[in-house]
Amino acid sequence: MLELRKDIFADERDDNLKEIGKGTQRQDMLGHITGTSSYFGDHKLQGMLHLKVVRSTLAHARLRHIDTTEAERSAGVRRIIRGADVPVNLNTLLSLINFGKDDEPSLAVDKVRYKGEPILAIVADSEREAFEAIAKVRIDYEPLPTVFDVEDALKPGAPVVNETYPKNAFIYHDVYDHQRLRFGDADAALASADHVLEQRYQMSPIEHAPTETNGAIAAPDTNGRYVVYTSTQALFFSVDTCAKILDVPSNTFHFIGGTVGGGFGGKVDTLTEPLAILGAMLTGRPVRYVFGREEEMQYGPPRGAERIYIKDGVMRDGRIVARKVRAYFDSGAYTRLSSYAAVKCAAHLPGPYTIPNVYGDVYCVFTNRTPATAMRGFGVTAMDFAIECQMDKLANLVSMDPMEFRILNAYRDGDMKAHRREAKNTTLIECVQVAAEKAKWPIRDEFRRASSRKDGGGSRAAIPPTPTEPRARPAAPAQQRTTYDRAPMTATREPPREPPPPAPPPPPPRPAAPSHGATRFSSVFGTRRR
Amino acid sequence: MTRHRGRGMASINYPIGMNLGGDPSQALVHSNPSGKFTVALSSIDLGQGMKSVTRQICAETLGVPVEDVYVDTADSDTGPHCMGSFASRGTHRVGNAVMAAAREARGVMMEAAAEELEVNAADLETDGRGNIHVKGAPHRSISTKDVAIAAQFKQGKTISGRGIFLVPLSDVDPETGEMSPATCYAHACLVAEVEVDDETGEVAMVRMDSAYELGRALNPRLVEQQLVGGAWMGVSHALYETPEPYYPDPAHGPRDFVEYLMPGPGDICPHDIAVLERPAPDGPFGAKGPGEMCANPVLPAVANAIFNAVGVRIDDLPITPEKVLRAIKAQGGARPQVRR
Repeated sequence: MLELRKDIFADERDDNLKEIGKGTQRQDMLGHITGTSSYFGDHKLQGMLHLKVVRSTLAHARLRHIDTTEAERSAGVRRIIRGADVPVNLNTLLSLINFGKDDEPSLAVDKVRYKGEPILAIVADSEREAFEAIAKVRIDYEPLPTVFDVEDALKPGAPVVNETYPKNAFIYHDVYDHQRLRFGDADAALASADHVLEQRYQMSPIEHAPTETNGAIAAPDTNGRYVVYTSTQALFFSVDTCAKILDVPSNTFHFIGGTVGGGFGGKVDTLTEPLAILGAMLTGRPVRYVFGREEEMQYGPPRGAERIYIKDGVMRDGRIVARKVRAYFDSGAYTRLSSYAAVKCAAHLPGPYTIPNVYGDVYCVFTNRTPATAMRGFGVTAMDFAIECQMDKLANLVSMDPMEFRILNAYRDGDMKAHRREAKNTTLIECVQVAAEKAKWPIRDEFRRASSRKDGGGSRAAIPPTPTEPRARPAAPAQQRTTYDRAPMTATREPPREPPPPAPPPPPPRPAAPSHGATRFSSVFGTRRR
Repeated sequence: MTRHRGRGMASINYPIGMNLGGDPSQALVHSNPSGKFTVALSSIDLGQGMKSVTRQICAETLGVPVEDVYVDTADSDTGPHCMGSFASRGTHRVGNAVMAAAREARGVMMEAAAEELEVNAADLETDGRGNIHVKGAPHRSISTKDVAIAAQFKQGKTISGRGIFLVPLSDVDPETGEMSPATCYAHACLVAEVEVDDETGEVAMVRMDSAYELGRALNPRLVEQQLVGGAWMGVSHALYETPEPYYPDPAHGPRDFVEYLMPGPGDICPHDIAVLERPAPDGPFGAKGPGEMCANPVLPAVANAIFNAVGVRIDDLPITPEKVLRAIKAQGGARPQVRR
């Protein structure tokens, strides 16, 4: 049941609108409930062929030899596509906004980096014949050592997952193996806090689980163009990605989509379109490439898992004085979009609270698993889980009601946020108050009277003095930039240099300096009395 | 064996649009000679209601009934560029682009009407029911249909508009992380009540109460659909789902919906939602976007409720009966906390 609380912030709103605010029935409702809405998969084209990929059976291996002799002779096979047939067989999705280096082939060439990585594509008259041909492909693998744990992957001597990033971490600003956030002096504040709490949080990967799996149908059109029916969540993102991989102008394609059976972030990666179009280019026939459910669940990208360490300093009166965070995004074998999520995560620190000292290091780490991608709440869901479980523990530690503890620490209009921008249009306090009211969760009067529009700013608007750390030596500009920018790159004549030594892996957290009588708890080292 | 009830809460905020901006969207709006409008987009309707929300925004801005607007998406030959439907950017970014396009089209429509009525366009207003009349003189009126006919066949005017919305790209300071990640934030607080079985470790949802602040609920029914569905995605993430049950060991991954655990109809509980509206200065009619954030408060609220019920903290997702049971055993039995 949904209740509109029009009474709150009524003075900031004009409610005299005609169409806005009405629960008008969706334009596409009739089609959806009668099963007549047209999805990409509803297009049945004459002479349509079916594409399926041969996937790696190992998580990390060199490809010694691929024998397709028997598969080529298999019934119904029209074409076997290899990595060498892909015009530009190395891409990274965010190269479209000039962020990151090309690190992922459409079809693996010398090496596979995760179990299920596509090696060959087989185009056949039917899906069944494509599967039969796949069973006849013989691949000689040379297994390589694997790494699946994000912290193991950052240790010296760990197997190199992706040679584009030899230290198994995305490189930010051509300098760091993580994105930093520095605001105030967190270490000094932790040392003087009444309580310090350090905890470890581990997210699980999850599957987008759309009703309609990823897929596309590509067909030769007149005048050398190709029409592509697609389930993409980002039409031009997919158009531009295909234009790059297939090395043709973007107006070669006429993409049609827009009605999609659930996305949740899992249909941005443009995994099926390039191969379907290439299949159509090589056979001159319409080609359909759709993930089966197992492919969608295991080899389609999931939400990646994050590991987060939080160390907070809190005073007896409930004020949080410092928050220190180290987070690892498990990107899997390739970057896809995780590099972006790590920056978004750093921006999100320390959550919707005003904390005068914040320190964050967020890593995007490569491991030998299915590449992760965007999912609902990308970069933030994991951090919210960690922060809000931590908030509950902190409230418990200082014997405060968790609602009142949130309101006490909530950010308000005019406060300075840790990414150094003023907080505006904030409403955390009001949400807590209304949720408490709905749940009949009693909170004291002074907290019921608090407002996001009062008591912010002033000393809370200041940027605190922040200790400077030794600056890392900037490396030669990367092939693509490691800060987002779509502006054309200026030519650089600098000779290529060795990449900079990465920051050493963070030392294991040590208990903070003693302070009289405070209880210090750490999930790593346990409870200590000082 | 005892079933223990507990309540937990969490509060969150969520940035609207692609982090750092730099993610434009365009819209084109035009009228046919009967005064029926088409919005051309390349944005995607994932089932979230993109077509419906932009349709309402267009109708409101033009001052015509919603039935007179149809949204066409997504076709790369006819729809202008859009970054895509992700990052809670649809309502905010695409909505603003549609608003700009509709404003331009409205300008032409009012000029054409003014010419027909022989008045100044500034003296005209729309009634939202398909008519344009002189302010304070409703009898001096013309239908949008007649305006469209006149514009097309008599005046030679196109009732059309172009719109784009772009939040300029922000830099990020490598040392401090100084940046402008988003122009507005949605907010939420959620209370979860659970029942934990101390013999099996199973967690059942009892009820949820929540407050979400979204700038403005452009269509409350679509908002409700997002918030209810999103909350269940959160419950599912907290208690059930994972394609890698032994993470970081990748073995034993599920391959279909028989092996991949999600809550079923019998696991659903009541969810009472309040929606607050503090308009975003740069949102279309103040709107932010409910798309992504709705699952986020659920995960920690459920974990905190489990602690309140039996006194164990599970910091590794998903919170399976096995993990709950092991934790209860490790602390020598359930330790219910103060009832809230």
